Amino acid sequence: MYEKILVAADGSEHSKRAVQEAVKMAKTNPEAKVTLLYVVDYGKARNEILHTQSPDELHLERRKHLQPLEDIFHSTGVQFETKTLHGTPGPTIVKHANETGYDVVFIGSRGLNALQEMVLGSVSHKVAKRVEAPVIIVK
Amino acid sequence: MTPIYGFSKKCYCLQMLNEFYKGSGILKTMSYKEQWFGNIRADILSGIVVALALIPEAIAFSIIAGVDPMVGLYASFSIAVIIAFVGGRPAMISAATGAMALAMVTLVRDHGLDYLLAATILTGVLQVIFGFLKIARFMKFIPRAVMIGFVNSLAILIFMAQVPFIFGINMTTYIFVGVTLAIVYILPRFFTAIPAPLIAILVLSGIVMYTGIDMQNVGSLGTITQSLPTFFIPNVPFNLETLQIIFPTALALSIIGLLESLLTASILDDATETDSDKNQEARGQGIANFITGFFGGMAGCAMIGQSGINVQSGGRGRLSTFTAGVVLIFLIIVLGNWVVQIPMPVLAGIMVMVCIGTFDWGSFKYMVTAPKSDAIVMLLTVVVVVYTHDLSKGVLAGVLLSAILFAAKISKVEVRNKGLNADASNVYTVHGQLFFASSQDFVSAFDAIEPAERIIIDFSDAAIWDDSGVGAIDRVMGRLQSKAESIEITGLNPSSEKLVKTLATYTNSEENASQH
Repeated sequence: MYEKILVAADGSEHSKRAVQEAVKMAKTNPEAKVTLLYVVDYGKARNEILHTQSPDELHLERRKHLQPLEDIFHSTGVQFETKTLHGTPGPTIVKHANETGYDVVFIGSRGLNALQEMVLGSVSHKVAKRVEAPVIIVK
Repeated sequence: MTPIYGFSKKCYCLQMLNEFYKGSGILKTMSYKEQWFGNIRADILSGIVVALALIPEAIAFSIIAGVDPMVGLYASFSIAVIIAFVGGRPAMISAATGAMALAMVTLVRDHGLDYLLAATILTGVLQVIFGFLKIARFMKFIPRAVMIGFVNSLAILIFMAQVPFIFGINMTTYIFVGVTLAIVYILPRFFTAIPAPLIAILVLSGIVMYTGIDMQNVGSLGTITQSLPTFFIPNVPFNLETLQIIFPTALALSIIGLLESLLTASILDDATETDSDKNQEARGQGIANFITGFFGGMAGCAMIGQSGINVQSGGRGRLSTFTAGVVLIFLIIVLGNWVVQIPMPVLAGIMVMVCIGTFDWGSFKYMVTAPKSDAIVMLLTVVVVVYTHDLSKGVLAGVLLSAILFAAKISKVEVRNKGLNADASNVYTVHGQLFFASSQDFVSAFDAIEPAERIIIDFSDAAIWDDSGVGAIDRVMGRLQSKAESIEITGLNPSSEKLVKTLATYTNSEENASQH
């Protein structure tokens, strides 16, 4: 049974569906615990700080991204914790997943737009390739 | 998730404490020694990466400022090394920057390099003073609309400075710029160990040298001296006239430098989940510029882009900044003969990348979603900077306009009539801030009200700030005496109530005391 479940999310629609699928799986095992991972990269941190007047507003803006995802957990009663890490999304998710050791990893198929994907490469692809645990890409 | 700094097992408690602090949103702080030697291997590697990425920028910014490439290269070496010791934000990269270069163009053109060096020294003095005056706390008064305008206009100005090197020369130039952009944007997808701009420089310089294409290069705009900078006192007369020439530039430089440095420090705080001392950083910037001026370098500040490269390459400590400076000057001394061969279209292409990275692309959405006043402040900042070519003037204009708009916004006071109650009392509710700027509107709002037996003025949604506000209430009470049998004031918050009680002279003040 899958017990330690990781779901990497960026607040996009795809990541919301990834959370929903993670919850579905977690519900099959009462022992299951889901970690909701949110990664902020340098460019994103720069833009967020530029657009917020204070650290408190920054905190609120980030909460707004995570709140709808956390609500999915709250409504189903699945155990979960939220984690925010800083770094380039792909490598940061891979490092965290491999160091902590999860039974399964969920990730949305696409958060970036087409241009960003061309330049940066797909995060979900990197995660699927390098995470040691089984990875489910949700579209 | 903590072991960026490799705590030993003994420090397990400390680690837990760190986790706790992080969880609660309090940033951890490190000892000075830890800031230097807590991350040696990664700091040295990232410092080397930054040095490689710094060279083209330092040269390009020198060209923007209108000085020899060495002025920017010496500045980048000197500032990085000094700030590594005296800065307040470990792992932040400070060097010659575009924002500062743009502010010195006029001084260099009209008076030459020595006046620029004198202005750099004065910039240092001003920044140290600002640091001791704890300037960092004033940062929060600079609206984000102004900061967004700042980075956008910076990107626009750097781009405008590249135009002469890109457009209207020949087809080969366009091809070189295009290939440079293709390399810097596509290559990092497959290979990130060496900064892509450096690869673009190596490959394209090689092609130019091999084929002998006639193309403007760094050497045609200046010289590279393969030696360490030396101490000398700028050759300017020490009199009031000199001060009058350099002071406006130095003041602009010190403001721009601190703005960009403190913004960068905030971003690094967030990206590395560590805290920093902003006032120490301000003083450190001052010390670095002060010394740099005596070693033939131009004033500089922190760089958002380079600091990002450093952090993304694993740099976390002061050693990374120090390494960047030392490796940079080492490379120049060793490879100076090759550096002059860098073709200008390649450098311009790299600068276009810097512009694209600097510009806040979220601004277009911001123009639509942000309050109109914020959007106008952002636009004004950009327009003033692009028009005057001076970032500090744009910031000043933006701050002034937003202050005026803010005052206008909060000085709107509204009085609404809730109509007659069952007990024949007529209720008015007051909404907003009552102070000197809004008191007259408040009084005139009561000019045309209907007489009633009882009038209740409800202040639940209002606050009284000063004597003008209290005076206004007093005047309204006086005028209403003729229109109502009794007048009541309700819903004052305790501090407003205290103000009204001490200062107001209207007759039935005893009623408001019992109403609360």
